[in-house]
Amino acid sequence: MSPGPLDREDPDRLYTVTGGRSRADENSLDLVTLIVSESDSASGMQSEYLRIIEMCARPMAVAEISAALRLPVSVVKILLCDLLDTGQVNARNPVSAPASAQLPDPKTLKQVLVGLRKL
Amino acid sequence: MDSASSEAAAHTPLRSTVDTGLKIVIVGGFGVGKTTMVSSVSEIRPLSTEETMTRAGIGIDDARGVGDKTTTTVAFDFGRITLNDRMVLYLFGAPGQERFWFLWDRLFSGTLGAVVLVDTRRLADSWYAIDRLEHHKMPFIVARNIFDGASVHPLEHVRDALDLSDNVPLIDCDARRRDSCKTMLITLVKHLYALSSTAKGSAP
Repeated sequence: MSPGPLDREDPDRLYTVTGGRSRADENSLDLVTLIVSESDSASGMQSEYLRIIEMCARPMAVAEISAALRLPVSVVKILLCDLLDTGQVNARNPVSAPASAQLPDPKTLKQVLVGLRKL
Repeated sequence: MDSASSEAAAHTPLRSTVDTGLKIVIVGGFGVGKTTMVSSVSEIRPLSTEETMTRAGIGIDDARGVGDKTTTTVAFDFGRITLNDRMVLYLFGAPGQERFWFLWDRLFSGTLGAVVLVDTRRLADSWYAIDRLEHHKMPFIVARNIFDGASVHPLEHVRDALDLSDNVPLIDCDARRRDSCKTMLITLVKHLYALSSTAKGSAP
């Protein structure tokens, strides 16, 4: 596989943006959890936080935020946990809580089918 | 703007009413057409991101030095389909190699289901992916991507070669064509619906 843009990322930046932490409360955030800003950005904030708040004026999935910031998903989750703690963003959680090997319910699947047929 | 990852300019915002994110994973070997498939049906140009994991925390021997840490990195592309005012479906194209499965639980728990995209010229690339999906009890279908000039064997030969059970749907597709990719997704969701209805004991 060809190296992606993140492969050239300076590890120091990853360390700096997370304050050196390496773990987030990941169970609360999924790749497709939708994040929405609850406040306007404030001056004096670290630039990654500012960008997240600006981006999430409309809902945006964790994976999309990660792609836009060019930061690994786990790093983005740490930043989001901070913003969730301070109430500056809100998380709209996916229906299927990460209980593995659990089939989604037929009602949800039916809605997915209807949506796909309209494509 | 050329970069697939560039933000705002390339970003088409979701409707403000959307509150439910769902995901489907397209698994396949290198060059099998995952990103082509995602871009055929996505409402946004495919984005790419990655996840990294340092093995130190999960190893059996934490007493070893920092120098022994190994980092697993998996890059993946994804696209998006808004299903209705509330629901949005994300399609993730994921590589089938071993280091990817190492991160499956972290990234893809809660996935509705998976499509294994296969190239008949390299069927063996799919064996491992199918084995891992079965291990994770993740429902899936198999789609054979038809490439120009590739000899087309009957689908049943492919089923035999992959040792697929009869209840796993197996279809042909053309990852470049939107209608074909749409059919692929509908086939998967219908399969999930049948499984889910059976599990719930109600008729579809």
